[in-house]
Amino acid sequence: MADPTAEAVPFPGHRVTLGADRPMRLDSGAELGPFEVAYQTYGTLNEDRSNAVLVCHALTGDHFVLDRHPVTGKSGWWEMMVGPGKPVDTDRYFVICSNVIGGCMGSTGPKETDPATGQPYGLNFPVITIGDMVRAQKLLVEHLGIDQLFCVIGGSMGGMQVLQWAVAYPESVFAAVPIATAARHSAQNIAFHEVGRQAIMADPEWCGGGYLLEDRRPRAGLAVARMAAHITYLSEPALHRKFGRNLQNRQSVTYGFDADFQVESYLRHQGITFVERFDANSYLYITRAMDYFDLAADHGGVLANAFRPQGKTTPVRFCLASFSSDWLFPTSESRAVVHALNAVAANVSFVEVRTDKGHDAFLLDEPELHQVIRGFLDGCAEHRGLARRRAP
Amino acid sequence: MSPLDDTASRLAARSARDIRFDLKLIADMVEPGSRVLDVGCGDGALLEVLTREKGVDGRGIELSMDGVHQCVARGLSVIQGDAETDLKDYPAGAFDYVILSQTLQAMREPRAVLGHLARIGRRAIVSVPNFGYWRIRLQLLTRGRMPVTKNLGYQWYETPNIHLCTIADFVELVRDMGLRVERSVIVNRAGRITGSDHGWLANLMGEQGVFLVRGD
Repeated sequence: MADPTAEAVPFPGHRVTLGADRPMRLDSGAELGPFEVAYQTYGTLNEDRSNAVLVCHALTGDHFVLDRHPVTGKSGWWEMMVGPGKPVDTDRYFVICSNVIGGCMGSTGPKETDPATGQPYGLNFPVITIGDMVRAQKLLVEHLGIDQLFCVIGGSMGGMQVLQWAVAYPESVFAAVPIATAARHSAQNIAFHEVGRQAIMADPEWCGGGYLLEDRRPRAGLAVARMAAHITYLSEPALHRKFGRNLQNRQSVTYGFDADFQVESYLRHQGITFVERFDANSYLYITRAMDYFDLAADHGGVLANAFRPQGKTTPVRFCLASFSSDWLFPTSESRAVVHALNAVAANVSFVEVRTDKGHDAFLLDEPELHQVIRGFLDGCAEHRGLARRRAP
Repeated sequence: MSPLDDTASRLAARSARDIRFDLKLIADMVEPGSRVLDVGCGDGALLEVLTREKGVDGRGIELSMDGVHQCVARGLSVIQGDAETDLKDYPAGAFDYVILSQTLQAMREPRAVLGHLARIGRRAIVSVPNFGYWRIRLQLLTRGRMPVTKNLGYQWYETPNIHLCTIADFVELVRDMGLRVERSVIVNRAGRITGSDHGWLANLMGEQGVFLVRGD
């Protein structure tokens, strides 16, 4: 959709200034505004503005759902799920995805310029939460003139945002699809994030967070953070299937600390390519936002209460999906959400997809997942009175 | 054919005529427009008919992943779960009907499950195979072996049916729990309704019974 107020940016998509009249109040108590949100849209908004789908991206994702990535040149990150004829069908739905605040692909985050100082925010950027990310998305959706989203969908941290949307704005969400996610970040996941953050902060190039001013980059630290995290996105069987104990371009081990094994080489590559596209401080801020996520905490410690706005059962229709080999956001986390939804007799579907691909399965070719989500969305579209797919 | 056309044809394909006979009997007991929870909903055959033809707000629980996938992919609200552990989550009176079809006998604790059905639903609809059916009695009497019938086709060592009962047993359990059988339909081997009475003759002639149970 052409947005006349959106500012042109060097890469695909739009950018809009929000919170200009009134700064957005963050969960920390700090205020942010005005701030920028970079976003992309696909498909066409229908006349009664009822076919909008908000896609929420994960920790290191961005709004280039279907576009070639402006930095890496790789194809869009969710082309399996979104697009013409795909489960989230852009011939039928108007798809919106925005870069989260605190991110580094165009939305206001630690690497952007602080209007108060004229310098990059760095660690002066306020700590943000999943709730704050969603608050910013709500302002964007209102800016686009949409009262109710037909669906909010996302995996991992994107799934946290989906849950947050359903809890914070139940009347503004018709259907919610949280995939491979949890209602709170587990101790183990916080621990992994802390390892990543410590790796970044231990890098002297981090400069106490002020590396941009010094024209330096904590590449080694960020790469290690990515390597550690990347292991958690896979599964042992998947790693074994892909690499086993295979050696990298050599006949025998070298009795040294080169990347003898293919799996080492693969991880190093993951680390090195990541630092080209991601800002280290953004990584600190966004992992922190995930750590702080705990939906039940704001509702007396009872998750079910989060789905009982004003004492009534949430009107949102849910479809949760988890993956059998995901040990970062295991099925038990999704099931805890399902149990809470059952406790208020909410409308919920839940499937565990059998796969050995681990947490990252939500980004991959998983026909079972896509079939289930297509069926769920078709059913919801019928209830919402959305027209069938347009004839080609 | 687009995937949507495919879904539409699959949805259109199933009507009340096509579903299992005992499921049709259950469907007949459900008031249009009501809220229904189908426990052990399988591939969603009953839920689909109830949704399409009676406009119910239907939900399901299914143990098998294949069943859950089929249900959700055709737009039904179904969760993967186990009746014996998950029913306790649901609040009292959340549904007009809670359905348990041909599954009570496979539960570890049928009495507790029946209690949950009656708590969650204003009414429970339960269908059970009748172990007092004359052919079963005859097999045990004449051959002295655990009966294997068309309806209960398992050998004793492999059967999931660990808590079989007769119609008389079921009716007594209902009474014992302070519940009431509001309606019953007894079905014979040919799939014909033999009556609505659940006395001794039904217990001999019926191969299965469908009961509408309420908790007052």
